[in-house]
Amino acid sequence: MARSVTEMSFHDSATPVPSFGPGGTPFLLGKLDEVVNWARRNSIWPLTFGLACCAIEMMASVSSRFDLSRFGAEVFRASPRQADLMIVAGRVSTKMGPVLRQIYDQMPNPKWVLSMGACASTGGVYNNYAIIQGVDQIVPVDIYVPGCPPSPDALIYAIIKLQEKIKAGNSGKLIELSPLFKRPEAAARG
Amino acid sequence: MGFLTNTVSGAKALATGFSITMKHFLEQQLKIRPTETVQYPEQRREQFPRTRWRHVLTRYENGLEKCIGCSLCAGACPARCIYVEAAENTDSARYSPGERYAVKYEINMLRCIFCGFCQDACPTGAIVLRKDFELADFLRDDNLYTKEMLLEPAPITGVIPLASIGTVARETTAAH
Repeated sequence: MARSVTEMSFHDSATPVPSFGPGGTPFLLGKLDEVVNWARRNSIWPLTFGLACCAIEMMASVSSRFDLSRFGAEVFRASPRQADLMIVAGRVSTKMGPVLRQIYDQMPNPKWVLSMGACASTGGVYNNYAIIQGVDQIVPVDIYVPGCPPSPDALIYAIIKLQEKIKAGNSGKLIELSPLFKRPEAAARG
Repeated sequence: MGFLTNTVSGAKALATGFSITMKHFLEQQLKIRPTETVQYPEQRREQFPRTRWRHVLTRYENGLEKCIGCSLCAGACPARCIYVEAAENTDSARYSPGERYAVKYEINMLRCIFCGFCQDACPTGAIVLRKDFELADFLRDDNLYTKEMLLEPAPITGVIPLASIGTVARETTAAH
């Protein structure tokens, strides 16, 4: 699995990428990386950042029907100091922008941002002066989830995909997603 | 006296609490009561019949595209996330039965609110919203769906020009 990697620089990730020169990651550090990433991806504690109706679906995704705790991501934290993942669920107004950035800065590294729904990702239908047209203008977004709002299934899919990204880890490489999570047309395009 | 009473009542309270937890655990393990949780990646929840998710540009049975490039979907879109550019069909390169076809058809999936107005506005029923909800992606540009991503695969038996199967060239821009 590790053989089929795609070189890709995470310009959008807040995680620092160590460079080990042309030889790649040393063996011991590589193994340590794997263990650390295993722990990280199976305990993604999200921050409660519900701003609009997407928050309802975010709450539903931790309910017993969908059960986000199967992926270790059910512990929604009210304090940014205890959170790993910021789920920006809803439209971010210009007034909320600095607040969001401050809360992001207060989160300890490594941290990830999930932009949930049309409004957080691009502004959605709110193409006006009051709404920030994409939360990636103020924080680095790791994964975008389309939908208005995305269903809990779609959010869980995004978190599984984020886990794959964390698994790919600090070496700055993105392991190709397993066939289960590959879009059929992406496979058709080759 | 106080110590003993506290210990006994505390143990009783703990036992009561844990017995409920244990009861639910055993009920689930022994499958006495069905579990409510849908084991998502392995097992899918049945979507409602009118669920609207990923767009698909459909084809006729003979393989020609239904889209005639009229841009009514783009006009109906409340989020203005659809961009259509039409071109004339010729006899040598025929993509759709009408006079024109969509040479470019782009949907910004991040801007889209999946309201289905494009589906309602389409005069030929070309664009439909299907139930594939797994759309999350890492990069912003990957969420800008182009025509070849949206178009249904051509049927094997259809009589269609070879040129319409290939990829449509699109200049890469940073703008969204």
